[in-house]
Amino acid sequence: MTPAQPPEVQYKPAHYKSAIKPVWCPGCGDHSVLLAFQRAMAELALPPEKIAVVSGIGCSSRIPAYTNTYGFHGVHGRSLALATGLKVARPDLTVIVASGDGDGFSIGGNHFLHACRRNIDLTYIVMDNRIYGMTKGQPSPTTELDWDTAIAPGGTGLSPFHPLVVALASGANFIARGFSGDIPGCARLIVEAVRTPGFSFVQVLSPCITFRPDQQQAWKDLVRNAPVPETDDPGRAARRLMTDDGFNLGVLYRGKRPPYATRSLANLPAAHLEEEFTA
Amino acid sequence: MNVESAAKSISIALTGSGGSGVMTAGQTLLDAARSCGFYGLMTRSSGPQIRGGEAAAMLRLATRQVESHADRFDVLLALDFENVQRFAAELPLDAGSLVIADPKAGEIPAAIAAYGARVARVEMNKLAKSVQGGRISMVALGILARLTGLPEEAIISAVSQTIGQRKPEAVAASEQAVRLGAVAAEGLPEAPRLELPAEKPAGRWSITGNEATGLGALKGGVRFVAGYPITPATEILEWMAPALQQCGGVLIQAEDELASINMVIGASHGGVPALTATAGPGLSLMIESIGLAVASETPIVVVDVMRTGPSTGIATKSEQTDLNIAVYGLHGDAPHVVVAPLGISDALATAQWSVALAEAIQVPVIVLSDQSIGQSRAIIDRPEDVAFVARRETAAAHPDSYRRYELTANGISPMALPGLPGGQFTADGLEHNAQGTPSSQAQDHIAQLDKRLRKVEGYDYGDFWAEIEGEGPLAVLTWGSSVQPVREAIATARAHGIAAKPIALRLIAPAQPERLAAALGGVKRLIVVEQSHSGQFWRYLRAHYDLGIPTVPMYRPGPLPIRPGEILEIILREARS
Repeated sequence: MTPAQPPEVQYKPAHYKSAIKPVWCPGCGDHSVLLAFQRAMAELALPPEKIAVVSGIGCSSRIPAYTNTYGFHGVHGRSLALATGLKVARPDLTVIVASGDGDGFSIGGNHFLHACRRNIDLTYIVMDNRIYGMTKGQPSPTTELDWDTAIAPGGTGLSPFHPLVVALASGANFIARGFSGDIPGCARLIVEAVRTPGFSFVQVLSPCITFRPDQQQAWKDLVRNAPVPETDDPGRAARRLMTDDGFNLGVLYRGKRPPYATRSLANLPAAHLEEEFTA
Repeated sequence: MNVESAAKSISIALTGSGGSGVMTAGQTLLDAARSCGFYGLMTRSSGPQIRGGEAAAMLRLATRQVESHADRFDVLLALDFENVQRFAAELPLDAGSLVIADPKAGEIPAAIAAYGARVARVEMNKLAKSVQGGRISMVALGILARLTGLPEEAIISAVSQTIGQRKPEAVAASEQAVRLGAVAAEGLPEAPRLELPAEKPAGRWSITGNEATGLGALKGGVRFVAGYPITPATEILEWMAPALQQCGGVLIQAEDELASINMVIGASHGGVPALTATAGPGLSLMIESIGLAVASETPIVVVDVMRTGPSTGIATKSEQTDLNIAVYGLHGDAPHVVVAPLGISDALATAQWSVALAEAIQVPVIVLSDQSIGQSRAIIDRPEDVAFVARRETAAAHPDSYRRYELTANGISPMALPGLPGGQFTADGLEHNAQGTPSSQAQDHIAQLDKRLRKVEGYDYGDFWAEIEGEGPLAVLTWGSSVQPVREAIATARAHGIAAKPIALRLIAPAQPERLAAALGGVKRLIVVEQSHSGQFWRYLRAHYDLGIPTVPMYRPGPLPIRPGEILEIILREARS
């Protein structure tokens, strides 16, 4: 057995950091997610130019500019679609999609379903703070039903959305939950997500220091490493995710679905296709 | 007023309830005519039903290339009269026309009878039933062959190719039915006959506008397509999906148009020329992200096969009414390119050009085709090859302090493709500086607005921007599917001794004031022709061009096609005034 060759470049988290200072509030969980992302990329030893970070609109979606990778900060809710096109056109790239609970589960909800179903080899990190931060504090699909806001006085009265359950039902191949307060844990989940073929969904509980200041301490108290190991059985995973209180961290499901594959039969010049019109 | 066609052509309409075989019969007739050396055009008209309902195949067979219908039909053959009144306005007849129907089909519907055409009854059902496995549509083809001068053998050969050699008994039944029809046509009143061409030139194409658009896009270099099914654009996707598999490309059926437009933006960001095809409702959904492609300077092609609107409108019928949204629909100041094919035979070249433009200028290009171009099939000479191919200016390897949105003289900045070390940047819908860093500063906004405008307005679109033919004190300015009836009207006007000059714009936006001014040199009067209710094209011209000469707009909505005769009437009136 030949020993593994060390990579030519020793990548460090700093290799993935851009010079741009984040717009996030001091203490925002997203700072930690950015650090976790940088650590994960260094651990994966991916050349920065072979990574693309794609996002939509919202606080979390600001992340591409803060990385030293390729990236696309697109319109609200469509990051998964854009990333799908990029990954299918350029399978050689590692494509990471960053989103938030509003961008990903509300305006982008339909794309979430179909990205899970398509099972393209993407890693989808949703920074979930249960609030629209950028527009200053409206309820999102994961906000508690009695959370009082200007736009929904007394609360929305709507039960929160269960993104992990939806991901499982829609066919996601890897489902995990992290907490921004646990940077090494988050980084580990991102590494696992990238390494697992197919669509990998990582929900990161990322507190909003400005509009939900009590979240940080409360979540720190509530989160725990999931007491049972990951499963590849969708039935067990469904039961587990349905009864989950939203604070179990770790890889909760890792399936065996083969990722999306394109079908190419030949590489002929387009002129070859004229024949059918002359016949 | 009717147009006396410069070359001989006959127009035939076949109607019947859905499932009666009208469309297949029409296609067979077109194939047979082609095999005899004729040119032809077939347009499908159907109601909203998926199966059943009413259907009409409208054909024009001619000794020269035709891409629009004539003013009237010479023959209307009704397999039955189910709901045919819904089509009556699309089937103009006159006293010289001949209506052929089965005696059992009942009274001629009032809307058809009102045209005052001659009526002949043939027992088509009875003849079909006299043959084991005989079909009324085959009897009809026999009648039409004998009536118009097409050899029955050509029909039978076309039928057997359609049915295939695997079903010899079906071919034999069809042949018998065709021959019975031909015999039955003997006693019918006369209809115009086509003179058989002496030659049967090889290499002509039978192609729809949607297929030609797909082929042009592939020839231009498109290797990624994402789309969502929508009438009347779906055939572009259905033709391209297997074609892309043969050419090393890929098509994704997206979950909606919001996804398809973003998928093509993502693919193009990866360096692969990308296209989506849709119709008005889909274009409406895509508009926000087309703005993203403008801001991020990502080349994409969006084909809009127009149908009537607003909203769902009439999904199966043509109209030129997405011009406003294509030009003005984007929020903010968002320079981009809008082009339109001049007909079926031009759809290939225009699509190919659109890919080259998008890639060269790093901008979204909207291609405004329409239902009458997209879903009609024509027999045409093989379109001339055009040299347009995707050539994107990309960043060199190991760029030194790369700036994605560098303020270059022509506004076009080399794009780093993912994978290039040192070229990393974030494409952004946020306003940004030359580096690509989000910026809310006035100077960056103005600099980037100027750059994006400069590259689109300063680009040299060359002679392909319009087709201008001949000279004359009278010009007819038009676009899209109105071009073909305009050309035909002008050809007829010339036969009347009136010189008129067609100016057909392929490039809708950006406007080309200097080029149009040159084209209008010596023109004293201008007619503007389009198919819209509000005169979208005319108003666009007035906003962007100093026409400076008396101008007569001629616009009316779909679903009825613009006919050569109504244009000719205006040409004659204006020529005399």
